[in-house]
Amino acid sequence: MTILLQVEGLTKKFGGLTALSDVTFDLPEGQIMGLIGPNGAGKTTLFNVVNGVYPATKGKVIFKGKDVTNVKTYEMAQLGLARTHQIVKPLNELSVLDNVIVGACFGRQGFGLGKATPIAEEVLEFVDLADRSDQLASSLNIAQKKRLEMARALAAQPHLILMDEVLAGLNQSEITEMVETVRKIRDQGITIIMIEHVMEAVMKVSDHMIVLNFGAQIAEGTPEVIQSNPAVIEAYLGDPKLAQKLMQKAME
Amino acid sequence: MKNWQKYLGLIISLLAVTLLAVWPLITSKPVDREVAFTILKGIALASSLNIILGYTGYVSFGHIVYFGLGGYIGFYLISQQGWSIYPSMLAGGLIAGLFAFLLGKAILRLRGAYFALATIGVNMAVLSFISNFDLLGGPIGMTLNFNIYKEYGGAAQALQLIFYLMVAITLITIIVSYLVRTSKFGLGLLAIREDEDAAEVMGVVAPNLKTWAYVLSAIFPGVIGVLFFFKNGSIEPHPAFPLHTSIELIVMVMLGGQGTVFGPILGAAAYQRMRGLLLTTPIFKNIQLSVAGVLLLIIVLFIPAGVVGWIRNRFPITRRVLQ
Amino acid sequence: MDFLLASLSDGLLIGFIYGIAAMGLSLIFGVMDVINLAHGPVIALGMFSLYLLYSVLGLHPYFGLVIVAVVGLLLGMIMYAIVVRRVIDAPHLSSLLATFAVNMVIIGLGTAVFSTAPYNVDFSLGRFSVGPVTLIATRVIGALVAILVTIGLYIFLYKSRPGRYIRAVANNKTAAELVGVPSNFILALSFGIGTMLAALAGALIATFFPFTILAGGTYELKSFVIVVLGGLGNPVGALVGGLILGLIEGIIPTFMETTWVPVVEFVMFVMILLVRPTGLFGAKQ
Repeated sequence: MTILLQVEGLTKKFGGLTALSDVTFDLPEGQIMGLIGPNGAGKTTLFNVVNGVYPATKGKVIFKGKDVTNVKTYEMAQLGLARTHQIVKPLNELSVLDNVIVGACFGRQGFGLGKATPIAEEVLEFVDLADRSDQLASSLNIAQKKRLEMARALAAQPHLILMDEVLAGLNQSEITEMVETVRKIRDQGITIIMIEHVMEAVMKVSDHMIVLNFGAQIAEGTPEVIQSNPAVIEAYLGDPKLAQKLMQKAME
Repeated sequence: MKNWQKYLGLIISLLAVTLLAVWPLITSKPVDREVAFTILKGIALASSLNIILGYTGYVSFGHIVYFGLGGYIGFYLISQQGWSIYPSMLAGGLIAGLFAFLLGKAILRLRGAYFALATIGVNMAVLSFISNFDLLGGPIGMTLNFNIYKEYGGAAQALQLIFYLMVAITLITIIVSYLVRTSKFGLGLLAIREDEDAAEVMGVVAPNLKTWAYVLSAIFPGVIGVLFFFKNGSIEPHPAFPLHTSIELIVMVMLGGQGTVFGPILGAAAYQRMRGLLLTTPIFKNIQLSVAGVLLLIIVLFIPAGVVGWIRNRFPITRRVLQ
Repeated sequence: MDFLLASLSDGLLIGFIYGIAAMGLSLIFGVMDVINLAHGPVIALGMFSLYLLYSVLGLHPYFGLVIVAVVGLLLGMIMYAIVVRRVIDAPHLSSLLATFAVNMVIIGLGTAVFSTAPYNVDFSLGRFSVGPVTLIATRVIGALVAILVTIGLYIFLYKSRPGRYIRAVANNKTAAELVGVPSNFILALSFGIGTMLAALAGALIATFFPFTILAGGTYELKSFVIVVLGGLGNPVGALVGGLILGLIEGIIPTFMETTWVPVVEFVMFVMILLVRPTGLFGAKQ
């Protein structure tokens, strides 16, 4: 198995506050990795450091065998790393199609406009936004904006997508659809790290999971291992017994 | 879509400018030519500004600095070095572009109001520097020896030539504006305008794209500056770097619709016409600035997308035509 | 040496007045994130108001200041209610252009009434000497008034209820609204105080310099430089920035042509924006 992303001892401090401390993991190609942890655990910060929004205080990020610590976000994108945002960032005054074309044009493949257009249309079809492609991005509702984020990331044809709470704010049927979409993306050979609070869904879809608490990595393993790890349960829900019950329910 | 329809936005824009250029030739009144010249100058300057302001979303408040800088360089070459108008225009444009490149690398890191303030500062710094710079005439500026127009077949011929050159520059500016708007480069600029951080996450190399947009939007004002002051026969610091005109250019872009190709054309023509009318109407003559101010306020408060933007939003079908 | 001292003290005295003009600009930016391009014309209105009160109505100039302050406050609140309120949450371009439109309206009307000819308030309190330095009395009083105004503003902002509200809104508008601060009134008040400071600065300058309706533009640009020196949105920094600018204007003429002053000022302005956009004292992010 090839390792796509290696994170070694990654630490991020904001002034006196340690947002990430010594996070280390290997991510094999073609997997879905679930990244969970309570609010404020440093999950989004981890994404931000990996994709170059914030410089790392210490540690290394290696992507496709290349040291990419503190590389600019646009360089990461060109190397094949795409991401979606927890708080969606649509290019409001551009059409939905143009939003996705931006992803295709400037991402890993760097397509020209002519080539990017059919790819963007295809991706919009895939995330079920094709009938909205002429609308302005600002006119979409939140679930559609989440799918737009996904479409922009996909259009770049990246090696790895960082998904930041793509399920948050969606209703049950939308979650089911989105989980299906995530699986399909993985089946295309794209590796995924997803931050998620919807436990049931993330347990189902992940091959491997990492748990952060107060910036530290407190557990790692398959969903089965994670759900029976008392430290995780404690950190996550405070009450181990109740938590265990909930997690078991999630696995069924 | 048929091939020619794809270019409809460009064709309409070029047609509008061509009509404006032909009008004084038909009436053959010099005063009409002057009016047309002023409008064309407004169109070309506003269209250039639109590349950084409308497409990229950076409010270049002191953009007139490139007009003055190019004007000074060209004027110096013509009056002191005996260059002809063509290479001088080229030099004016190139120097303006080079200055924008170096400056842009630094000030385009600033966002929002900070960038706007910095551009005002740059304009004032260059203005006050040139007022002290004796090689370029210091506070008095420079004048042309009128014999120089003989080279072009006399003053009347020269004026005619200057008008044709203005038409040509305007047409080129619009073509460039259109090409930028419809290219991958332009799409990157629009993405930066909408959300620079999100654009970078998608791989848009914002620092480079912004710089090139800024350079492009500086070159044409540089060229036009040379032409304008060659026509004017003299150049002085304050008329070369009028902050006021700089803001008028923003008004033109806003009035027509920022971020569209046709907007600055419409905005510049409407604004210059309106200004001309106000100046020649007795009751408004003394308070023309106030009337213009009220109009600007109405635009900002009620149609911030500008006329073209408003039409495009209101009637989506027009988007293909009004680019 | 004496020349340097004289030049420095002149610069310092005028620096206080630059300081209060810049404080107004800085307060408005700090509270509502608006760069007020109508600041210059308000400074000019302050000059002409004092002219009318003194030369036409015959009031004592320092009594006239009080009226100028009240008029400035009201004018600012009206400007806020009609214009600024509508662009406060819009992109920067909108607020820049809206306040510039107000600038055009004021300058247009002002030019129609006063033309662009120079005026002056023909008022003098003579000179007096402190050691080797001779000072012009009106400038000293101007500086003292500026200091008093600064102290007053400080007490108002930190000790009074509306002042605390202003700081709360500047800090976090949404949170302030949640705890019941009437943010619309507070914003109007802040804008009013900002323009009041500009009008006062104009009136004080008018007691010792001749002026035209366009003169405010120069002081507005100086205010920009000062505000950037002291940190955008930091009124106390603005006063210190004003003093620094005054000193620079005092020192430069002792070793190079006065005409180089604006070159130095504006180059410094751009450099500070680039290197340290939070101002020399780096107060507020």
